[in-house]
Amino acid sequence: MIESSGHEGGHEAPRGFLRRYVFSTDHKVIGIQYFLTAVVMALVATVLAMLIRVQLAWPEKAVVAPETYVSLVTMHGTLMVFFVVSLALVSGFGNFLIPLHVGARDMAYPFLNMLSFWVIVPGCVLMLASFLVEGGAAAAGWTAYPPLSALGKAVPGSGLGQTLWLLAMALFIASFTMGGLNYVTTIVNCRTRGMSMMRLPLVVWTFLISAVLGLLSFPALTAAAILLLLDRHAGTSFYLPAGLVFGNETLPHQGGTPLLFQHLFWFLGHPEVYVLVLPALGIGFEVIAAFARRPPFGYRLSVYSILVIAVLSMIVWGHHMFVSGMNPYLGKYFSIVTVLITVPFSVLGLNLIASLWRGRIRLDAAMLFALGLVSAIGIGGLGGLYLGTATSDLYFHDSYFVVGHFHFTIGTVTFFGIYAGTYYWFPKMFGRRMDEGLGRVHFWLTVTSLFPMFLLMHYQGLGGLLRRTYDPTVYAYNAAARGLNLSITLLAFGLGAGQIVFLVNLFRSMFAGERTGENPWQATTLEWTTESPAPHGNWRREVPSAHRSPYEYGRNGGAEDFVLQSAEKA
Amino acid sequence: METARPPASASALAAFFVVLAALTALGFAAISWLPVVASEHGPGVDRTIVYILVVTGVLFLVGHAVLAGFVWRYSRGGTPEYRPLSPKVEWSWALLPVLALTVASEVGVLVIGGPAWSQIYGETPAGALEIEVVGKQFEWLVRYPGKDGRFGRTAAELVHDVRNPVGLDKKDPAASDDVVLRGALHLPEGRPVVVRLRSLDVLHSFAIPELRVKQDIVPGHLGRTQFRPVRAGSYELACAELCGLGHYRMSGKVVVEPAPEFERWLREQAGWFE
Amino acid sequence: MTIRSSTLGTPVLGLVLLALGCGGCGGKTSVPGGGPETSGGGSAEAPKAGAKVWDPALGTAGVRGTVKLAGKAPKRRPIDMNREPRCHEAHGGKALDESVIVNEDGTLRNAFVWVKKGLESWSFPMPSDPAVVTQTNCVYIPHVQGVRAGQTISIRNGDPCLHNIHAYAKRNTEFNFGQPGGSAEATRTFDRPEVMAMLKCDVHGWMSAYIGVVAHPYFAVTADGGRFELPKLPPGDYTVEAWHEVYGSQARDVRVGDRETREVEFQFEEK
Repeated sequence: MIESSGHEGGHEAPRGFLRRYVFSTDHKVIGIQYFLTAVVMALVATVLAMLIRVQLAWPEKAVVAPETYVSLVTMHGTLMVFFVVSLALVSGFGNFLIPLHVGARDMAYPFLNMLSFWVIVPGCVLMLASFLVEGGAAAAGWTAYPPLSALGKAVPGSGLGQTLWLLAMALFIASFTMGGLNYVTTIVNCRTRGMSMMRLPLVVWTFLISAVLGLLSFPALTAAAILLLLDRHAGTSFYLPAGLVFGNETLPHQGGTPLLFQHLFWFLGHPEVYVLVLPALGIGFEVIAAFARRPPFGYRLSVYSILVIAVLSMIVWGHHMFVSGMNPYLGKYFSIVTVLITVPFSVLGLNLIASLWRGRIRLDAAMLFALGLVSAIGIGGLGGLYLGTATSDLYFHDSYFVVGHFHFTIGTVTFFGIYAGTYYWFPKMFGRRMDEGLGRVHFWLTVTSLFPMFLLMHYQGLGGLLRRTYDPTVYAYNAAARGLNLSITLLAFGLGAGQIVFLVNLFRSMFAGERTGENPWQATTLEWTTESPAPHGNWRREVPSAHRSPYEYGRNGGAEDFVLQSAEKA
Repeated sequence: METARPPASASALAAFFVVLAALTALGFAAISWLPVVASEHGPGVDRTIVYILVVTGVLFLVGHAVLAGFVWRYSRGGTPEYRPLSPKVEWSWALLPVLALTVASEVGVLVIGGPAWSQIYGETPAGALEIEVVGKQFEWLVRYPGKDGRFGRTAAELVHDVRNPVGLDKKDPAASDDVVLRGALHLPEGRPVVVRLRSLDVLHSFAIPELRVKQDIVPGHLGRTQFRPVRAGSYELACAELCGLGHYRMSGKVVVEPAPEFERWLREQAGWFE
Repeated sequence: MTIRSSTLGTPVLGLVLLALGCGGCGGKTSVPGGGPETSGGGSAEAPKAGAKVWDPALGTAGVRGTVKLAGKAPKRRPIDMNREPRCHEAHGGKALDESVIVNEDGTLRNAFVWVKKGLESWSFPMPSDPAVVTQTNCVYIPHVQGVRAGQTISIRNGDPCLHNIHAYAKRNTEFNFGQPGGSAEATRTFDRPEVMAMLKCDVHGWMSAYIGVVAHPYFAVTADGGRFELPKLPPGDYTVEAWHEVYGSQARDVRVGDRETREVEFQFEEK
């Protein structure tokens, strides 16, 4: 372990606006930059979602064109998964929190960190610019399955739009990989004195495992994207078999198979779910501990569960392909291992609930969202059983059940993690508090619209409504299911309105929020031992050492009901 | 300081969790969302779904009840002591969810779901009717082998959307009587059916919700699926895999009729090159 | 109004510029603007710079003739429109394939005849009216037509159902868009001469149409009697070509003088 004292004096706070706020190497500035970039992308992705909902509520009005609709669902998914949740949760909070939590003055590689952010910026621009090119934005789904994504003749969005999509994804992967390397190195090598692995806050564990998963799985997507680019522009046939006919003419490709892409994509795609969900759970643990005034139930158990989830997540990707024609024995294998993931997940979920036991709960906005997150894990996790069991997935595959399910897991859990984290760490970011009243309004508007909205989608899936359907009235069998569309759309509008409250609160509080001191929540982890906002280098004095568990909540001899992790043992 | 009543926000949140869980469970239990089931293996699929509904329903209700209870009970103030748990307590607590979830989930996969899975992907029953379904943007083309009972040769180079949609080879004697229909699938009631699946362009997925059938069609691969329709009636064929701007319009008609009527209907169909 | 990618682009870009608030992101300006509405890309080949403008009203030369089919006329195949019941009923269930339509006198309909060579040194005024393609009862009307390179083509959907208009071309920019029932008319152009560009509806595989894109106004489509007429040409040496979607194309060289009309006959063969 490199003693963090090795960093002492290495940095000097930069002067000048550009070096301080734009091309900064300070992990906190970079974290906030990522966060704000994600906010912008979230605005775009939300507008796309609203257009989707408008079309579905009133399909007879054909509010959007059919080829635009497929672009909308593609880009909404892509932006939300990779450019909103990944950026805000993993890149944003990861950067901001890791050095503060492990007791380091900055990331292991500050320059690489800055580079990772400035690589994602052109990625965002390319993604958004793809709406402007001929044929419009990519339209082959966020999964970008070939041949649809490989051939411009197949759908208008597979023209320049899909190329820009692939290039932007390449930039995203490059950025995410740089970030991941930094996380792993920082967590493994830059911990302060006394910060043993089993004294790490759980959120740091989740960032570590998330980064490792990302590093292991993203290369598969990189390969998949490069091969797809070659198929599109260099005439290769990695994914394209012989005998494809467009406009009565046979394409010259031969020898490839679209299934190769599906395997490569899901080899990343499935772990990616945990790359995003685990840090949200980690934030849940931090916030619940601080607001229930109890150590999280089962620290070791949670760490081991996270590790088991990580291992399982790498060997279950095939459950996205049960109906692709895979060998039925392989389907059975993937089914058996997939449903096992519910085991460590239920342990984590129960640990979160049990952390409340005998606590003294304070329901601030951060805590409200953390508890909402616990509920969402329950719904999302249990919903996974229907899709992980091959026999029932036969019915649910590509239905709204899937849409509802993943909006609870990589949608709600992650967003609630982001919200809980924002309300909780905002004082450390800006030295001010967010408005508590607006926070509560935000929470109640969100949960009363979001939960019914995505639950109704589960019913729609049960009724057989298929996803990515521009106008579901084409079919008669789904009449009951599609009857819910108008309600869902109205709920979506409510949900969107609720988020405006958050944005107002966020930007108002940055400049006009109530000023706070070092430790407004009376929490225990190391970031609360420095001033708010934390200065360049994180601590003006010597970096604190870890002398105990990160969660000594509850009265322990002293007058207060918590003991800082940096407090020396008597 | 412990107070007698929790603050209103805690009561509200606890009530929210209880109402949410109750309404969700009610929505699943009180309304039969599933379309009628019209195939032999269908009830097996439905049984698996119902089993998981019950298992997850119990876990979901109990979990939310405990969550709501804890929120309500432990919002009353007081000052808890710092009491870390011993590893032993942790592990013994973990045993419960580990055992319960492992058993519940694997029973669903192996015991309840297994037989239906084997029925769909197992040996083809004797006497099965073999038909071919070709997916293309954005139509279903259905081919019957015609009177000779054999599928004629096809080639991609011969495909012409108007004049030869599945690419039948005129030179093959077996091809001339092959029956090709656009978007209409006729099936005999009670007889096992094997469907050969081909795609001419992109991914499609052959889905008939009432028959609980869904099978992707991957270009370059000859896919197959099998089932036995057991309930005469008119159903819908849907494409379940995004295939382009007209994906939502890639629908078809499925007619399941008693075997004699089906045979009569089939005899009346002229071959594509007749 | 129907929202298309092109309408989405502007607010998205505005939002980005606003959010990033920097001029350093000018990379976006290199992205070609506009959506499918301004498709086309390359410039028209004709008229060439310095070409003489020919006013067709002054023309005195002409070519006319007949397109015939030798051999037994193939039977027109019935089209199974069952998947679109309204269209099926509109045709009384008796819609027929339009690939080969032979008149009773053995002449061929829907052959596209045009002056392939000989007009390169002239330029011609562009008609201000658009060419029209209508989708009615799941059939393209007309099935074959000629347009000028660069002329606006107005595409209309008279049906209550979705059609997608998928254009296949070698020299021109291909396009593909959906027109749900009740959509407003759309316009597109083919900027380069090309015989033929094809329109297809992927929802209804039997629907296809052909558009001959020509740099000048001398083209015709045969109808009753298999007749075609290319009047008001400038005198000169020409190659005239007849094209048919099943039988391919044939060319004839003709020389026409002032105040002269030459008769040309094409004969395709059904084997």
